Amino acid sequence: MDFNLTEEQNMLRDTLGRFLGDRYSHKSRQKLIASGEAYDQEIFSGLAGLGVLGALFDADHGGFGGAGFDLSVVFEELGRAGVIEPFLPAVLAGGLIAEAGRTNVVDEIIAGTHVAALAHGEPGSRYDLSHVESSAVLDGAEIILTGRKTHVLNGAQAQTLVVSARESGEVRDEEGISLFLVFAGGEGVTVVNHVNVDGTSGATVTLESVRVSVSARLGAAGAAFSSLETAVARCLTALCAEALGAMEAAKALTIEYLKDRKQFGIPIGKFQALQHRMADMLIEIEQARSAVINLAGNLDQPRAIRERHVSATKNLIGRVGAMVAEECTQMHGGIGMTHEYALSHFSRRLTMIDHMFGDVDYHLERFIALRVR
Amino acid sequence: MDLNFTADEQAFRVEVRGWLNHTLPYDLSERVRLGKRLGKFDIELWHSLLNERGWLAPNWPRQYGGCDWNAAQRHIYEEEACLAHAPRTLPFGLNMLAPVLMAFGSELQRQKFLPRILTGQDWWCQGYSEPGAGSDLAALKTRAVREGDDYVVNGQKTWTTLGQYANWIFCLVRTNLDVKKQEGISFLLMDMNAPGVTVRPIVLLDGQAEVNEVFFDNVRVPVENLVGEVDKGWTYAKYLLTHERTNIAGTGFSNAALETLKHVADQVHSGGKPLSQNLLFAARVAQVEIDLMAMATTNLRMVSAAAQGQAPGPESSMLKVKGTVIRQELTSLLRRAMGPDAMPFQLDCLQGGDNAEAMGPDHAAAAAPNYFNMRKLSIFGGSNEVQRTIITKNILGF
Repeated sequence: MDFNLTEEQNMLRDTLGRFLGDRYSHKSRQKLIASGEAYDQEIFSGLAGLGVLGALFDADHGGFGGAGFDLSVVFEELGRAGVIEPFLPAVLAGGLIAEAGRTNVVDEIIAGTHVAALAHGEPGSRYDLSHVESSAVLDGAEIILTGRKTHVLNGAQAQTLVVSARESGEVRDEEGISLFLVFAGGEGVTVVNHVNVDGTSGATVTLESVRVSVSARLGAAGAAFSSLETAVARCLTALCAEALGAMEAAKALTIEYLKDRKQFGIPIGKFQALQHRMADMLIEIEQARSAVINLAGNLDQPRAIRERHVSATKNLIGRVGAMVAEECTQMHGGIGMTHEYALSHFSRRLTMIDHMFGDVDYHLERFIALRVR
Repeated sequence: MDLNFTADEQAFRVEVRGWLNHTLPYDLSERVRLGKRLGKFDIELWHSLLNERGWLAPNWPRQYGGCDWNAAQRHIYEEEACLAHAPRTLPFGLNMLAPVLMAFGSELQRQKFLPRILTGQDWWCQGYSEPGAGSDLAALKTRAVREGDDYVVNGQKTWTTLGQYANWIFCLVRTNLDVKKQEGISFLLMDMNAPGVTVRPIVLLDGQAEVNEVFFDNVRVPVENLVGEVDKGWTYAKYLLTHERTNIAGTGFSNAALETLKHVADQVHSGGKPLSQNLLFAARVAQVEIDLMAMATTNLRMVSAAAQGQAPGPESSMLKVKGTVIRQELTSLLRRAMGPDAMPFQLDCLQGGDNAEAMGPDHAAAAAPNYFNMRKLSIFGGSNEVQRTIITKNILGF
């Protein structure tokens, strides 16, 4: 048992932390969002140059990392700085593309010159991974894709979409789902961008009889569910680590505020009512760190073990994330409510992370269903 | 990072499990499993079995007869012992007094007292709290006045756990009234059989007398029983508190309690199906299980940081709060799982050695008393509120 990062992971964390400390701020992010851009290409390329994207893939796929703890190290730092650039799509869509052996696309993703997004969720699918109504119909050497995909993370910034569609079975069957590489500018593909509450970008993708070659299918026909589940497990490791970073950032702001802010003539951190709220929050943030470690360290375990950790960790992160967002706002008082103050970003991001890939209740129920008997 | 145990550690686990299987008497583990109380004889028996194997003092150095186990080994032993429903060992001599004697005691004290902790000749109890000194321990008033080669002690201690069985008590006493309250305290070893010592049991919420009041009326204590220097007792008391807290999270207890709870929830029926299939109840259990999974890792992280020589910060306070909240929640859920069968007060079935048949399913007799007993967890050892203050002051620096 060893809780130390490798030397490479430590170096990556430090480099990443320094770069973001110098180049990324609440102000610059707010300015970016106000400009209507989904992300800053210069920052994204700079981070790619530091090897941030390479760390998300293993050596077989042109990267130099790819393990659970590589994901968690990178995303904790991204979360701490409140980065909105498209790194999660690289784990999600990038991971699926890599698994299917499409190395030329992966090389471009690692270089930061190509964004691929997963178009999976649908109206009404909520958090159910097997809910796929979109259809894929074989027509000679081509496949015709029809359907509507919602909440496609960075869908409008992507050159390539990884689209899930059903080749057989009923709407919620795990069997029958396939994945296809689709050119985002292709005929019949409509992508409508929207900005999320936390400044990230989503899109609604409509596919109207989109024709792709059979070779656009990733893996075997109708057998994509387990790849999707694995990719989501990796994505949730990244997302939960990002949440942890955001919690640490919110905590640091609040600690400073409790020291500096004076009311009734003394720093408000001297009041026991606030001290005890803070203590409970600090305890829970340590719990969140442990939950991320549990998930990252069990990512390569057999499905039954891995998925229990996925749901346990996402449930805990959802609970602690809400607590940190709400408690930090409360301990700050009015200033914590303002858009201008950095805490606002972390509160929004932490709250919205619970809405991604299953919230507290969804994962609690799933954890129970996955009980080992 | 690597969450796996090494091959050596796994082999150690197998060894511990094998020994427990072979040695732990069945009726003893059954009483622990069912939450019944253990008597003096039970605890002494378990101590002697562990001592025969050389495993009674996991954290003592070998020179004093300990195992000198590292943090991982101690953790593994603790996990296995709890899952096997082994009795807990008494912490007062082993984990509280012994480290203080090793660090600050005289050679004579070490030679005299340490072996007797292992052999079971001495049963120690702790004389810290007083009626007027709980969380504010340094406010203690029990007075020790030097007269020739003796200290003469007058005063009262309280909440003395299992003091009714003890023949020795280590006490914090006031030896100086003219200085700051922390600077006038000394650490004394006192014979419970000395004239002037009176022990009176206190019956608690659970209907049983686990703790006592101890009165001192002109008790004479030879000066050789002073530990370290006079008026330095507060330092030793703090040392005692900051060391030997590896098990403060109680993850072993909680793992075993969770297993019991899940087992019970499969057996007990509600609305024609196992309680474990009631989603509301299952959700409460799942919630605490998820918290426990994380805390077990928090605990290991902190244990491993301590093993690498990182100074103990507020971590043990964090583990104390979270660990006790989890343990209390588990006892609360077991009580609720019992439904109306938690209501009968069956003291006879709980006492060690009594074979009276309990009403209701397994665990019914102990469920409510244990729930009430475990309310102590967030009160003793520095209340959870005191711990929260420590945690934040440490972070804020004031």
